[in-house]
Amino acid sequence: MLSRVAERLYWFGRYLERVENTARLLSVYSNVVLDLPKAGFVWGSLVDITGYVEPFKTRFKSPTERNVVKFLLDDPSGSLRANVLRARENARTTRDLMPSEAWEKMNELHFLLSRNLNQQVSRNDRHEFLAQIIDLCLELTGYLSGSMSRLAPYYFIKMGRNIERADMTTRVIDVASLNLIGPASLLSENDNILWMGVLQSLNAYQMYRQQIQARIQGTEVVDFLLKDRSFPRSVSYCLGEVGSSFKHLPRHDKALKTVRRAQRIVARAAAVDLLANDKLHDFIDHTQENIGLTHASLTHIWFSA
Amino acid sequence: MDLDAYTSQPGFFDELLTPKGRARPGSAQLARFLRKSTGAELNLKRESADLAIKTLGISFTVYSEGQNIDRQWPFDLVPRIIRANEWQMIELGLKQRLKALNLFITDVYNEQFIVKDGIIPNDILASSKDFRPECIGMRPKFDVWAHICGTDLIRDKDGTVYVLEDNLRVPSGVSYMLENRNISKRVLPELLDRHNVMPMDDYPSQLFNTLCSLSPRSIKSPEVVLLTPGIFNSAYFEHAFLAQRMGVELVEGSDLVVENDDCVYMKTVEGASRVDVIYRRIDDQFMDPEVFKPESMLGVKGLMRAWRAGNVAIANAPGVGVADDKVVYTYVPDMIRYYLNEAPLLPNVPSYLCSNAEERAFVIDHCQDLVIKPANESGGYGMYIGPRETAKSTRNIRKLITANPRNYMAQPVISLSTAPTLIGDQLEPRHVDLRPFILQGEDSFVTAGGLTRVALVRGSLVVNSSQGGGSKDTWVVSDVTKNGMR
Repeated sequence: MLSRVAERLYWFGRYLERVENTARLLSVYSNVVLDLPKAGFVWGSLVDITGYVEPFKTRFKSPTERNVVKFLLDDPSGSLRANVLRARENARTTRDLMPSEAWEKMNELHFLLSRNLNQQVSRNDRHEFLAQIIDLCLELTGYLSGSMSRLAPYYFIKMGRNIERADMTTRVIDVASLNLIGPASLLSENDNILWMGVLQSLNAYQMYRQQIQARIQGTEVVDFLLKDRSFPRSVSYCLGEVGSSFKHLPRHDKALKTVRRAQRIVARAAAVDLLANDKLHDFIDHTQENIGLTHASLTHIWFSA
Repeated sequence: MDLDAYTSQPGFFDELLTPKGRARPGSAQLARFLRKSTGAELNLKRESADLAIKTLGISFTVYSEGQNIDRQWPFDLVPRIIRANEWQMIELGLKQRLKALNLFITDVYNEQFIVKDGIIPNDILASSKDFRPECIGMRPKFDVWAHICGTDLIRDKDGTVYVLEDNLRVPSGVSYMLENRNISKRVLPELLDRHNVMPMDDYPSQLFNTLCSLSPRSIKSPEVVLLTPGIFNSAYFEHAFLAQRMGVELVEGSDLVVENDDCVYMKTVEGASRVDVIYRRIDDQFMDPEVFKPESMLGVKGLMRAWRAGNVAIANAPGVGVADDKVVYTYVPDMIRYYLNEAPLLPNVPSYLCSNAEERAFVIDHCQDLVIKPANESGGYGMYIGPRETAKSTRNIRKLITANPRNYMAQPVISLSTAPTLIGDQLEPRHVDLRPFILQGEDSFVTAGGLTRVALVRGSLVVNSSQGGGSKDTWVVSDVTKNGMR
């Protein structure tokens, strides 16, 4: 398999996951705000999560709801539209390797997002619209997992999806604990609604509830999102998926070592300690660095030959 | 459908009907089918053809205003029929022609006997902008340079088939030829079955065998790749199609690298993997920034080095363009006589070289009946089409020819034959040409038929798909029916 093709599949997996994550974040935050009448401040943190703070500042003065939503819908930097375009560009030249229905879904997504998006800025239509995007992403992923042979092309998409997921989960935790709620409140057992929002933005609320019967608590939520072994969006789980994808590919030794190191770092963490010593942010930085090293390692081995 | 109302244009040869309105030999079944069908029935079939094109994803790319637009492939469902015994002759003629062209290219880059023996003047080669000094002294395997050739054939008013041009660089269209047959199988299965149509779908495996035969290493399965300029190229659909049908990697320049051992490697997830044969679909000029255009991002640095060292085969070989120059074209019949000692089986469109005093006098006297082309321009640039020009431009072309006779050649205005084409609810005559594909490696191969291109605009002679041209499936039919009866 050509390195370039492998790389495009990997990025296809990443961008598609990014689209789904962004749509879910936007949808959940829109709901959280409904529950918290004066929580306009949360909109800025959405921009923080995507990491595109500079492009936002260049285009808009303040992080109002309207501006942030507009930015996340159609800005050329990190919006839904931009990421759908990138996913599609990567799929164009690799579509022969995927089920044809996947390419059709990719096009549906593209057409959905290439129309005028001004209407979706208002809250009325937003929910329906975002739900449609999430559905299309899941249908596409469903075609991939339902009808792609477990060979190299599949594993490159899968590792892209899981690297992106792990990265997104760390971003959500970071922004929630620092900007959204504040480190102090993590231990104060308040902000129930906000923590529910955080769980929902990663589709984790129900699974968390089933596993942890106590009342929602910041430290528990952070531990769950970092280390849970069975929840498919926890950082640990995602890194495990990345590692098991590696094992199906040739020359995987070094990449596997890198991802195992990242997994160990996460496994050793305990939210209570990190929060007590005000070290959560540094820890997240460190974890992200190791996810980055995993990305660099796989890029080096399989994409640059 | 009332075929009596289908009036073939006087002065043109119609592929289906004689001037008296009778079906030509081999076309009786098709004529009967068309007579029996109503316009509505044919339109239903057209709709299912369009649907097939959509679901098969057959498209070509038009690049405009910074955007890639995938257009659906334009297909006319009325097939164009050629009798097998006529085709046999054409096939022999095409093989003969490509053989002579390859001998010519070898000669041009080596001893140049054809110049020394006075068949072709030296200045014609010297002035050819497609002569590549980098190829001097090369002898590719089997002495074959042009492995894949798409030759454009036209039929004049008296029914004679002429060669209009030989496309030796990166001829395209073969995927559409194959897809057209697929569509016919879907929408005209009964009509197809009533004819004894020669199959054409073995082209990808013939191409693959030809490419494998070029491998410099004698190994069981040589690594063959198809080199594309990428998704923005108008023929990308075809590149992806052929790579998939042959089961070879579709590579871009950045996927290949030439190492210090002058061998070509492709970057794969397993590591670097040696490449033996490159079917390149990019022009010479972009192939190797080390030798040609240094700014080219499409090519592979060092590719010419690897080719010259004999470590990789390139199809078509660099430098083949020297043989599809408009003036060199006029010498192909002479090449056939010179190298093969045979009479040419397929005629060229008669051409007048203005460098020859007698012919020049004829051209100057008959400007308004001729098409006059500058020798070293391509893409129709500077072309003079006699019947359409003003008195002023006629005076101008005469002046230009007198000033620089060597730079001009002329041909009579060609009357492309017509074939019935479904326009709305009616069958109307439209002009067609034919591009068969010829392979030469260890052996030669010609596709059974080729891509029939049709100018969809009434009276137009432009068959290019990018300019409103369409296409037809081409059926080479044997007079012997499937149960052996005539």
